[in-house]
This record gives sequence, structure tokens and C-alpha cells, in this order.
Amino acid sequence: MASLEALTRDARALANGEVVLTPSEAEVARQMTICNACRYCEGFCAVFPAMTRRLEFGKADVHFLANLCHNCGACLHACQYAPPHEFAVNVPRAMATVRGKTYADYAWPPALGALYKKNGLALSVALALGLALFLVLAVMLKGPIWGAAQGGDFYAIFPHNLLVGLFAPVFLFAVLALTLGVRRFLREVNPATSGAPASGDAAAEAAHDVLRLKYLDGGHGDGCHDEDDAYTLRRRRMHHFTFYGFLLCFAATSLATVYHYLFGWAAPYNFPSLPKLLGAVGGVSMVIGTVGLWRLNLRRDPLQGDTAQRPMDRGFIALLFLIALSGLLLWWARGSAAMGLMLCLHLGAVMALFALMPYSKFAHGFFRSAALLRHAVEKRQPNPIGLGAD
Amino acid sequence: MVDVLVIGGGNAALCAALMAREAGASVLLLEAAPRAWRGGNSGHTRNLRCMHDAPQDVLVEAYPEEEYWQDVLKVTGGQTDEHLARLVIRASSNCRDWMRSHGVHFQPPLSGALHVARTNAFFMGGGKALVNAYYRSAEKLGVQIRYEAPVDRIEIEDGRFVAAHVKGERITAKTCVLAAGGFESNRDWLREAWGRNDRGEWPADNFLIRGTRFNQGVLLKHLLDDHGADRIGDPTQAHMVAIDARAPLYDGGICTRIDCVSLGVVVNREARRFYDEGEDFWPKRYAIWGRLVAQQPGQIAWSVIDAKAIGRFMPPVFPGVKANSLPELARKLELDEATFMHTLNSYNAACVPGTFDHTALDDCHTEGVTPAKTHWARPIDTAPFYAYAVRPGVTFTYLGLHTDDTAAVRFNDQPSDNLFVAGEMMAGNVLGKGYTAGVGMSIGTAFGRIAGVNAARAAMNQGALHGLA
Repeated sequence: MASLEALTRDARALANGEVVLTPSEAEVARQMTICNACRYCEGFCAVFPAMTRRLEFGKADVHFLANLCHNCGACLHACQYAPPHEFAVNVPRAMATVRGKTYADYAWPPALGALYKKNGLALSVALALGLALFLVLAVMLKGPIWGAAQGGDFYAIFPHNLLVGLFAPVFLFAVLALTLGVRRFLREVNPATSGAPASGDAAAEAAHDVLRLKYLDGGHGDGCHDEDDAYTLRRRRMHHFTFYGFLLCFAATSLATVYHYLFGWAAPYNFPSLPKLLGAVGGVSMVIGTVGLWRLNLRRDPLQGDTAQRPMDRGFIALLFLIALSGLLLWWARGSAAMGLMLCLHLGAVMALFALMPYSKFAHGFFRSAALLRHAVEKRQPNPIGLGAD
Repeated sequence: MVDVLVIGGGNAALCAALMAREAGASVLLLEAAPRAWRGGNSGHTRNLRCMHDAPQDVLVEAYPEEEYWQDVLKVTGGQTDEHLARLVIRASSNCRDWMRSHGVHFQPPLSGALHVARTNAFFMGGGKALVNAYYRSAEKLGVQIRYEAPVDRIEIEDGRFVAAHVKGERITAKTCVLAAGGFESNRDWLREAWGRNDRGEWPADNFLIRGTRFNQGVLLKHLLDDHGADRIGDPTQAHMVAIDARAPLYDGGICTRIDCVSLGVVVNREARRFYDEGEDFWPKRYAIWGRLVAQQPGQIAWSVIDAKAIGRFMPPVFPGVKANSLPELARKLELDEATFMHTLNSYNAACVPGTFDHTALDDCHTEGVTPAKTHWARPIDTAPFYAYAVRPGVTFTYLGLHTDDTAAVRFNDQPSDNLFVAGEMMAGNVLGKGYTAGVGMSIGTAFGRIAGVNAARAAMNQGALHGLA
């Protein structure tokens, strides 16, 4: 009967043009109502100050707050209402559950959002297909892969134009899909976060918070939580290794593209060339970062976040690790008989990453950056709630 | 045999254990609760009232000793011990570096709490974060900790602690600190203490407990009744707040507070007002409303506001009863509609127009209605109307063990050599009645630290210190 009543209520709300919260969104709204009456966690991160600007939590508010949450765990371990308390407040979990759904819901094209449902599987399939693609191509082009291409010339196996022809469309599609997805998110969240346009000041603050991972510092600088209530900077540091390592590798590839087309300098590049330097440092950094994040993910207190998303998290970490490691192995194997195989491995993994950029954990950085930007904008507006006695 | 046995697991117990360990003693701490519920009422706290003569990190301006003392004097109506109160006050001025060294973080005041920015230092993440930090530090320093270890009795010989009994196990120690909380969670004791009123009701049966269910007062009763320890305080005195009547029986904590009293009117079951809702700023008055409601029939009352108040107070955890007219509200609350309307109409008619300012003691007041509302009185006339049912919420009780500036438990006015007390079990020495935000943690921290040091000194055959340097 209860569910029938709920259905009737929802149907009526829909007919009235009201937005009906999903159960996981309603759970965030329920918990935020408790938190808003407590506010002890206000110093930890951006979520709670943003919460205090609201008395009610609609769909857009919930989506905004869910993506603002960094899953640091501080508010769970400090919570007087956390399980076993009957209020069962677990903000990191409630937020993570909604956050995972927002990735899928805002994905473009919407049908591909379904890839988030079994993201570990999606990543594995993408990887397998990526590997198969390059292995088959290599065999078709060169015959046996072992010992293909003497002298360490990648393009002897896969001509440069072929690689560009394969990667460029996939990459550009991924960029387009991510852009459209984040734009849909911002369109919904904008009115709920004051609607004001982003000032340069707000954008600079958001960029700072993203690049420094400010909200993994616990508000006091000692860091966030992994397996228990101890504050640690491990996760923040390992994320930095991964993120900046990735950026360095990306910069290496971009620079190599410039070299190729602008100056006609063809790869491979050797030390001390800039692409080589960036790639080497970035690759090592990514290996360190992903190994660290993997270990921390295994150790994480299961109460923190949505454990159903661990395959997505771990699949993504593993893929980044594979990309970094295969990149380094490729360097090591250059000129040897194994080079062809390493090249296929590396290119296949990168292709899987590119293809699933808008449909994997990769998207979290974009949605969170967008949420941080809206937070930076909103906090500069007068608080709509004027509590007395302050 | 350990040097120091600490009985209890909240702020005062942890302060005692940490100080004793730092003084070189071996320490065993017995927490009655399981790990998930450790920390007693400290997990629900959020700040420490701190004396300071100049701005200090998160604290603005100054809050000198004399002003702090006057605040304590005022809220207790003189039912305090000036020597011990001043000891607590002075200790609050220099304990925070020590707290930080054990992992406690402070933060500027929370939104909605700026009125105590000058007087109170807030724990980042609240009391549970503080408790977590202390346990972590204690474990690191080698304090032995046992959970689910409730002490049911202790052995005392000639005023000296000998051993404690936990579920049939006898634990000896050279010295002992009692910091096991008040008796607020013990419904039977509260019922007996409050007795029966003129209406034939047992008021305490309608009380809610804001904090832990583990403060059953077992040791307190044992010390007072079986060992004849010197007592302090009245068993009906407690830190009591009016909280949402729908709050859970235990551990409702901060979020069940109803903070809109001063923005509207409060009526009892007979639909009549009974106290000046605008007597002073709410933070200075919240602590008297628990007792006020306890004196009403059925120990229940309703805070009634109109649309003008929305957004001006800390949002309540449960939604209010909402109505589009006052008669509808009366019917929804099942109050006598005629009396309710008479009360509201008389109040509305008595409001003298003024300049409403919730941040000041403004000139909006009533004339010709009893009780008067002396500030923030505006007619309740703008739909929708809301009502929140409130009941007395007990934070902690003040009946305790009499002590002195060494934190020693006393028998026949003689201090024990090796038995000390801290926290709620002795807060009544400073708080005979009333409350002011954050002072409970100041008392617990000051006496916890003194008790810890003196327990360690006693274990090493050194004399007791009177307060801390």
C-alpha cells in the first residue's frame, strides 16, 4: 500500500509539473535536512557551506551537492548520526550514489549513459576491443608482431596518418560528448546556484580548488580518510601523481603533434627532447599514483562512498596504470622484438580510455570542476537565508 | 597492575588518560559503550567556552576571566563554587594548544552560531571528531583501552581506591579517575528525582535524553549510596533544552533543537502562553526552556510561528505542522481552538509596532498581555503558519561528587589520596543550575586534565597539584 501511495503521490506531483526525487536523491535530501540542523561539519569542505544556503533540497540542489562532494569521508567519521544511529546519516555514501547516477543521466548521447551501469565490464570490453584492433591491424599490416619493425620506428608498424585517423575522431567525439554532458549538468545546476554568471574571480578559485584538490585536505590541511578515522594526505598525493602524470603525458602527446605537423620532426623522440621528458616523468608519476590509489581504494572503509561503484573506480585506475606502464615498457622495448606487442598494448589501452572518457570515472573531474565553479559563483552572492541572531 | 585506571570514555576521561600517560603512568581506560558509541555525551558537543584576553586564532576580541565568571554566576544564580569556577575559566585559556597536540582541530564558529564567536572555540567536525582524535592519540601513546567494559562497583578502603569490577572481573590499579558521566540516561532515577507533580504526573517520563544511553549513573549512585562519598547538587538540576517532541529517546543531539521560540509564541497543552519568548537572545535563553516545558501539563508545548519567521532560524530536523489559518493549526495540533485563538488574538493585539531586528534586543514588544513578550514581538498573522511540538530534552544532570581543586573524591570532607573525579560526575560543583554554551566541555577538560595529572602523581607517590600550572 505504501508504494501505491507513493506512486499516486509521484504521479500527482508529475502532473503538477513538480520534479520528483528518485529514492537516492530523496535520501540525500533527507540527510541534508538533518545536517542542516546540525552543521558540525561545516569546516570540512564545500558541501556543508553550500547546504546552509538552502532550506529545501530539490533535484538540482542534490545533483549539485553530490558532485561537489569529494568523498573524503571526514563527515562520516565525525558524524554523531552515522550508523548505528537510527538517523543513519552517511553523507559520503548518499552523495556517491547520486553522483554515480548523475554521470549516467547527464551522459551524451543519453543511451550511452548505460555504460556506467556495469562500468568495470564496459572498461574491460573497451580494452579488449582496443587491443584486438591494434593486434589485428598490426598482423594485417606487418604479419608477425614479434620482431616487427626493426630500429624502433613505431610508424613502421602503424603509419602516422593511420594512427591520427583512428584516434582523432574518437578523441574529438569524447570531447564533444563530455562537453555536452557537462553543459546539460550546468544548465540544470545553474538556476539552483544563484544563476549568476561566473566571474573571473570565481573561475580562478574553482581552478585553484580543482588543481590543488583543496577539498581532500580536510579543511585543516591534515587530509582525508581512507581505512579509518585517521586523517591522511595519501589519497590527495596519489591523486596528484595520477592527475599531473596524466597531464604530462597528454602534454607530451600534444607537443609531439605540434612537432610533427609544425616542424616536421617525426617521432620517436629521444632524451633530452621535451616530449620524451614529459612522457617519461608523466608515465612514472602515473604508475606511482595509480598504484597508490589502487591500494588506498582496496583499503577504504566500506562505509565511505558507494561500494557498487568500486568496479568503476578500480577499472579506471587499472586502465590508467596499464597506459602508463605500457608506455614505459614501450620505451624500454624500443628496438627489441617485443616493441610491436608493447605498442599494440599501449595503443589499445589509450584507445579504450579515449572511447570511454565520457562514460567512465574520467568524467568525474569535469562534473566536479563544474560543481566547484558553481559553488565559487554561488558563495559570492548574498546568502538567501538570513539566520537571525548572527 | 596499571598505575591509573580511568573509568569512562568521554572527553573528561580521555583528558585524564592522556595527561596521566604523559606524566609517565601506565593507564587503562574502561569505556562502557561499544566502540561505535564511544565518547559519551562528548560526541554531541561542538565547542569549548574559552577565556582569552586578546584575539586568539579562531576566537575574536577578548573574553576576560571576570566576564566569564560573571556569566557563570548569572546562569547559576550563585549556585557555584567561585574557586573551582575560576580554576575552570583560567584552564580554558591555555588548554587548546594541548588539545591540538592530541589532534583536535578548531574552526571559526558555524553559521547560525556567530553569537558565540567571541566566547567559544568550535571543534572542527564537532565533538565526535574530538573524541576520535583523543582515542587515536591515546592508543598511540600506549593507553590501554577496553570497550564494552561497564564498571558496576569499586572497592574502596579507608577512602582509598583498591579495585573496580567489570562483568565479574576484578581490576586493580594504584589510582583511579571516575569520569563516567551523569545519570541522565537512567529513566527510573530521573522519575524518582522529579517525583510526581500536583497534576499527578511523573514529569520525567516525558523527558527525552539528548545524549548517550550509556550514562546510567551506576557508579555515581554506587559512590553516593554505598560508599557515602560527599555529594554536590540537586538531582533535578540539569542542562535541559526544549527539543523537538519527535526526537529519538536517546542521542537526538544538536539537530533536534527548536530555535524559533523567540520568533513566535509558545503555547502549552491548554493553548496558553506561559513565558516571555523574547526575554533575551535565544542562545542565552535556550537552556531555560527545557525546565519551563517540564513544568507544563503533559510536559509538552508548541512553538508557533508564521511565514515571516521562515529562514530566520536554524532549520529544524523534522518538518513543522503547517496550516493556512490559525484555527486550522489549532485543529491539527488538537488544541482547544477557542482558547488557542483567544491566546493568539490577545497576543497579536498586544504587539506594539516597532522595528524588527532579530540581531538586537529590538523594540518590538507587547503591551497588556501576560506573559509579556519583550522583544521580537510581531503579530502571528501571515500564512502559512507552522508549529513544532517541544518536550524537555536532558543534556546532562548536575548531581555529582563533591570535589576540590585537586579533583579528589571526598569522603566526610576528606580528600581521597588516590580516587579522582572529572566531567559530568562533578560538573555540579561549578554548575548548581543553568547552563551557558560550551561550559560543560570547559569543566570536563579542566578537571579531566587535573584528575589525570594527580592520579599519575598519586601512583608515583607524589603530592597532588591544586589546579594546573
